[in-house]
Amino acid sequence: MNIQQMILTLQDYWSKHNCILVQAYDVEKGAGTMSPMTLLRSLGPEPWNVAYVEPSRRPADGRYGENPNRLYQHHQFQVIMKPSPDNIQELYLNSLKELGIDPLEHDIRFVEDNWENPTLGAAGLGWEVWLDGMEITQFTYFQQIGGLEANPVAVELTYGIERLASYIQDKENVFDLDWNEQFTYRDIFYQPEYEHSKYTFEESDTEMLFQLFRMYEKEAERTMEKGLVFPAYDYVLKCSHTFNLLDARGVISVTERTGYISRIRNLARKIAKAYVKERERLGFPMLKKEDQ
Amino acid sequence: MGKDILFEIGLEELPARFIDDAEKQLRTKTKQWFEENRISYQRITSYSTPRRLAVLIEQAVEEQETVEEEVKGPSLKVAQTEDGAWSKAAVGFTKGQGMTVDDIYTKEVKGVSYIYVKKRIDGKKTKELLPAFKEIIEGIQFGKNMRWSTESLRYARPIRWLVALYGEEIIPFEIASVPTDRITYGHRFLGKKVSLNNPKDYENVMEKQYVIVNAEDRKKRILDSIRELEINHDVVIPVDDSLLHEVCNLVEYPTAFVGSFDERFLNLPEEVLITSMKEHQRYFPVKTKEGQLLPKFIGVRNGNDKKLDTVVKGNEKVLRARLSDAEFFFEEDLKKPIDYYVERLEKVVFQEKLGTYMEKVKRVQSIAVQTASLINQESCFLQKTERAAMISKFDLMTNMVQEFTELQGIIGEKYAAIYGEEDDIAASIREHYMPINANGKLPDTMLGSILSVADKMDTVVGCISVGLIPTGSQDPYGLRRQATGILRILEENNWDISLETILEIALQQYQDNKYIENTEDVKKSLHEFFQQRATFILREKQIEQDVIHAVLDKEIGLFNYAEEKALLLSQKRHDSDFKRTQEALVRVLNIAKKTEETEVDTDYLQTESERALFRSYLEAKENYDEGKREKNANKALQALTELTEPIHAFFDHNMVMAEDENLKRNRLALLNRIAKLTNDFANLSIIEWKQHQ
Repeated sequence: MNIQQMILTLQDYWSKHNCILVQAYDVEKGAGTMSPMTLLRSLGPEPWNVAYVEPSRRPADGRYGENPNRLYQHHQFQVIMKPSPDNIQELYLNSLKELGIDPLEHDIRFVEDNWENPTLGAAGLGWEVWLDGMEITQFTYFQQIGGLEANPVAVELTYGIERLASYIQDKENVFDLDWNEQFTYRDIFYQPEYEHSKYTFEESDTEMLFQLFRMYEKEAERTMEKGLVFPAYDYVLKCSHTFNLLDARGVISVTERTGYISRIRNLARKIAKAYVKERERLGFPMLKKEDQ
Repeated sequence: MGKDILFEIGLEELPARFIDDAEKQLRTKTKQWFEENRISYQRITSYSTPRRLAVLIEQAVEEQETVEEEVKGPSLKVAQTEDGAWSKAAVGFTKGQGMTVDDIYTKEVKGVSYIYVKKRIDGKKTKELLPAFKEIIEGIQFGKNMRWSTESLRYARPIRWLVALYGEEIIPFEIASVPTDRITYGHRFLGKKVSLNNPKDYENVMEKQYVIVNAEDRKKRILDSIRELEINHDVVIPVDDSLLHEVCNLVEYPTAFVGSFDERFLNLPEEVLITSMKEHQRYFPVKTKEGQLLPKFIGVRNGNDKKLDTVVKGNEKVLRARLSDAEFFFEEDLKKPIDYYVERLEKVVFQEKLGTYMEKVKRVQSIAVQTASLINQESCFLQKTERAAMISKFDLMTNMVQEFTELQGIIGEKYAAIYGEEDDIAASIREHYMPINANGKLPDTMLGSILSVADKMDTVVGCISVGLIPTGSQDPYGLRRQATGILRILEENNWDISLETILEIALQQYQDNKYIENTEDVKKSLHEFFQQRATFILREKQIEQDVIHAVLDKEIGLFNYAEEKALLLSQKRHDSDFKRTQEALVRVLNIAKKTEETEVDTDYLQTESERALFRSYLEAKENYDEGKREKNANKALQALTELTEPIHAFFDHNMVMAEDENLKRNRLALLNRIAKLTNDFANLSIIEWKQHQ
């Protein structure tokens, strides 16, 4: 099964289980969790079921396309269900069957792993799912987001697409994976991997990036004061990615580092509060939709 | 005649580390519950797997035991009127207990008669009581709890089913919207949903569904199959108990298998291979009979042997990826010189208020060198100390330690040896983390010991100086462990340096730190902190609290000398020959509290007994100091003992609080000097003496 078929299979499966299919969010981010479709929508009492593929950028993990496992950008398949369904583990395991993984022929385990993202004031409890010893999915019940208690609790499934594909296709090197029948991962992603790594570690204009960080931060504050939650959040994401670029370049000193992280966290917290308040003002419309 | 009872809590996979304790709690709390409810039974058995906690109560009686309770009323004096009839108080009391005055009898308590009634409490049906068992299930404590869906219950993981059977009947209750039933679930993939008709069938029914509910049985199965593989492959598989335990709690139906990896990975440091296998993948490493690591591993699958080769292949692939990473790190790391990593310590914060690791290393260097020179080490050793301290943390910056954090120090030693550092310098990088727990092994080498003390002292002094004092179970920097480590190393090595001297050196390193407020307060906190740790160590040697406090009152000083003094005083407190001495010295200590004077003017020594005491004091001081220098507690105490008779004579013949101010001051000064000498040994006035005549 190539990557394209995997994605189609997962999308098909989860849409049949009442998930809204959305597309990847168009602002750079480090993980699928950071998409507003997860981070903001997991807050508050409204039900929310969604699935999407998220290309996730981790500048510091860039390896010029030379490492068989590490990438500047990898792909996550993200599922959020709020409130968490009682049969969520079965739903997840059935999705693996759809991908051709017969549990009777493998060893599938749920190994404790508690997730925390201090930058976003988010934390959850759950497992990493092991397939014959390999971690293929992060399975998390959100307990806190943006510093707010998650209630009801949303469950997040994050499939590591490349990991899973390397198992399904039995490939040692991520660049050898088949994206579809005709093209490999290398055909599509080798050049951007190389160029982004080169840019991140050698060519980025750090002066400009510092300036951008300050501008994005200011704009986030300003838009939030106007009650514009989503635009404000976009600028927080931009802050976060800009920070990651600077950090990977090694130009942020240790003392500054904590300062930047806490600035992003404070923004994220304010936005989380503002989002819930705004939904409340709107009368939690999706809650009503469910009643109908 | 009794009935069997079964409770099973079905859960999403519990964290392995919580399972044993949760099962134990369930067993103990069940026992307590049945005892408190006066329901006798024959036997309680508990079970646990990652997906369930269960308890079987065999032959529980069908009715609570009926009991008579004795209820105490008012005193007979109050309960009777003058003419001997029952008073209003007595009538009220019996009514309140649902009885009549006819039920009254009297009993004497400490010479006073009271009225009593015997109340009969009828036993209820067990069946009616059982739904309340719900509280026991809800009351199990886990290290970390969560919420799920819209439920408000906090539990280790979501509850998915509940079995509660009383004989063949379901005991009705509900937890987090899950009602009890007789339905349970077998192994996630191999088993099915089954209906339990009888509690006693539990173990057998579950085994047919590929679940070994008894944790000990499961462990034995794993061990047996490991032993079998050992024989079949003619290898040795050392079984680490805690790993076996964890693996046992990750599976419901274990099947062990052998996997292998490329021989070239054996060139990696052994610890890297073992950590990759044990810590990351939960595999058991495999060795030859001679103890050489083999390129093989033992894994345990949660399932049977169907398509086991696929599972083996998958696991081999994962380990290969991990070891390839490690191999890459190993090669990349060694391309750069050791100084490259040392310099990078400037980029990492040790603690926000205590600066970077580079700053820490420099402080440790200074503490270690000063300590070494005070215990008379030669200059070539001092140079070694300087180098060892400088590179003590370099490995924290390597790719290998960043990936395998648990190998800090161990990788440092390996790499340093490859870089051509001297053997004991390389070893000190590993050793300076020792002891890694309260009773852990101490460093073997002198260099490692000095470095360990310096590093720990820097952390303890630094953290406490900026207010990071451990409270209750909160000790994020492990300060208690580190302070205990320092004392144990000092005790072991018997260096001629007091704890306070090293502490003072460490404190000096922070003198320019703006976060430290008042040095006197800091010193007080540090003294208290170390006193607690020292007390803890001495208590473990069966020395009693008051003796420890007496010895550590002023300072800890040389820790093993303090220990020797404490042991000596523990004997003396029971020794009636010592009674006269302690009375004399304690009397001096009590009077000396009233003064600060220490100047003795021989012109004012008027009486013979006064002069005799002063002469004895001077002699005792000399002997005492000699004893102290030799760290001979016996000799030091003997010097004080020599003062016994002169002190008694002094008190017999002199008024301390003389009317003449000069005489009074002089006598107080004399006593105060003796008191200071005594207190230097121990504050004898806080010992509870136990000589019985």
